[in-house]
Amino acid sequence: MYKSLTCVAVISTPKCHGWHFEHHVTRCHIDAGEELQDKVVVISSKFQKMGFCSRFNIYSKITVGHTLSVSQYIAKGLIKMIWNKEAECLGRSEMKALQLERLKEIVKRAYENVGLYRRKFDDIGLKPEHIQTLKDIEKIPFTTKDDLRDNYPYGLFAVPMKSIVRVHASSGTTGKPIVVGYTQKDVENWSECVARLIVAAGGTDDDIAQVVFGYGLFTGGFGLHYGLEKVGITVVPASSGNSERQIMLMEDFGSTILVGTPSYALYLSEVAEEMGITKGRHKLRLGLFGGEGHTPEMRMEIEKRWGILATENYGLSEIVGPGVSGECSRQCGMHINEDHFYPEIIESTTGNTLGYGEKGELVLTTLTKEGIPMLRYRTKDITILNPEPCSCGRSNVRMNKVLGRTDDMLIIRGVNVFPSQIESVLVGMEHIGPHYQIIVSKKGFMDDIEVQVELIDGKMLEKYSELEKLESGIRHKLRTVLQIDAKVKLVNPKSIERSVGKAKRVIDLRNKNV
Amino acid sequence: MLVKQISVFLENKSGRLAEVTKILGENGINISALSIADTTDFGILRLIVNNPEKAEQVLMENGFAVSATSVIAIGVEDKPGGLSTALEILARESIGIEYVYAFVGRDGKDAYVILRVENPDKAIDVLTKNNIKVLSSSAVYEF
Repeated sequence: MYKSLTCVAVISTPKCHGWHFEHHVTRCHIDAGEELQDKVVVISSKFQKMGFCSRFNIYSKITVGHTLSVSQYIAKGLIKMIWNKEAECLGRSEMKALQLERLKEIVKRAYENVGLYRRKFDDIGLKPEHIQTLKDIEKIPFTTKDDLRDNYPYGLFAVPMKSIVRVHASSGTTGKPIVVGYTQKDVENWSECVARLIVAAGGTDDDIAQVVFGYGLFTGGFGLHYGLEKVGITVVPASSGNSERQIMLMEDFGSTILVGTPSYALYLSEVAEEMGITKGRHKLRLGLFGGEGHTPEMRMEIEKRWGILATENYGLSEIVGPGVSGECSRQCGMHINEDHFYPEIIESTTGNTLGYGEKGELVLTTLTKEGIPMLRYRTKDITILNPEPCSCGRSNVRMNKVLGRTDDMLIIRGVNVFPSQIESVLVGMEHIGPHYQIIVSKKGFMDDIEVQVELIDGKMLEKYSELEKLESGIRHKLRTVLQIDAKVKLVNPKSIERSVGKAKRVIDLRNKNV
Repeated sequence: MLVKQISVFLENKSGRLAEVTKILGENGINISALSIADTTDFGILRLIVNNPEKAEQVLMENGFAVSATSVIAIGVEDKPGGLSTALEILARESIGIEYVYAFVGRDGKDAYVILRVENPDKAIDVLTKNNIKVLSSSAVYEF
């Protein structure tokens, strides 16, 4: 295809601040059809040999003869940056050695400083020194949300309060929240983990990020905030709510990254549309979404509406908040920060450990947490682990998009139904909006499931049969996916409640009138 | 001769129709004719009003799915067989009818019928040629 290639890249970032670096590569012979990938790795290693930019990992096509800044290259997906190459691209055996070393250390610390762990270990005669291999982790009993609740507020802290610099809490669905504490070091590690996923998604210090996660006890706002600052990104801490103002700020401040829950990002796109703020008037190019799961269909809808790359990240307060894992711009699984969090997959019902590639509940052990170490915490999130190195250059284990939660599974007439299955059917369908609500009730002894969707398109009103066809079409698709019959109810546009945080999709009325 | 009709989606929830009529009333919009088709799940309300553009706009602003279409309004003699004469003419010309609804004018002599047909321009043409009274839009809006 190309007989010779001239590459000119002008590099100017704080990592090699003040350098304007031009690099010419000539006569790279590339056979027809061959990707430029390999040749560009040569460029990358030359960069590295010259002693800087070790964080750049250029793997893709660079336009012949074009001169762009690194951030433009990154924005175009031509250069991928890696925040901490040493940690994120560590070889598998080195990673395992590091994990084992840290595991032994944290088990010892947890046993010595936290009553709950000591009791759990003593009950089964387990001692910290029995943990000699990574596989030995399976001897350790699980920790659950109930353990956190029962030890409210500070019962699981492993350091004196004097050393705790921050607490966060997660809203429990019942009663008291669960509380977690961070030491100074924990906050630093947290920011580091979040910085990695921001850079992996494509964020650079040229970006302006609007954080629409709620700030406060919820970990989302502060978690992303610290990571963004660490990368050198301009942070607009807008917090959630006041949607029209969000769009105004987005336009006026020139925000390029949107950080929040996917459901709120979707809602904001509707508000922007109503206000006539379309692509061009806003500068968004990237979304960092988390705090709740969303289906690939929902992601596509968000990407289409905003005209951005939407990446997902994962975390939970009990472990750290956001920063456990995040997608790179290739969107092929979330890279787990394995040097800080050790992942396992178990079979939910038996607790047996499953292998890579097997679907089950994610269990996480914090490897460096000082404030509140978590040993084998059951996340209730269902996913799959993939140990294959990613084409982005990172070698850490990736987790699949969360496929559901063991506790948001609905059992309808004996059949397991996940809201995510319903979402995958609805989002992106013509004539209906992307918002939905699932209402489960009991009719006599029978479970009844109704899915409410908004009819947004008046065009369907001319022919009665068209509307009925739409309804029965949705019903049929749901039946195919769920294996049960769900009632479909078309409702007025914008009548389903919009959420500024995590969306509440399911209303289960079955236990109400009993 | 084409009359603008507003169609409104009504979800099956009590008070929806009242809400629509209230919004129209508050905005000074008068309803000349209406029809509702419904199933157990939802209904479609069809309206002829004196200011269809405004009606469409205010209903949309209030969160309804709305569309506007062109229909024709004819006047037929209020006696047995009055409507069939007009419908036979359309059938002869193979003009299909989507739906029909009737309303009464102020003078009470003629019966008025709203017709939604596949090809309204052709329908107007053949009806007029056959001496069926096709009402002008302004006449209908003022009923």
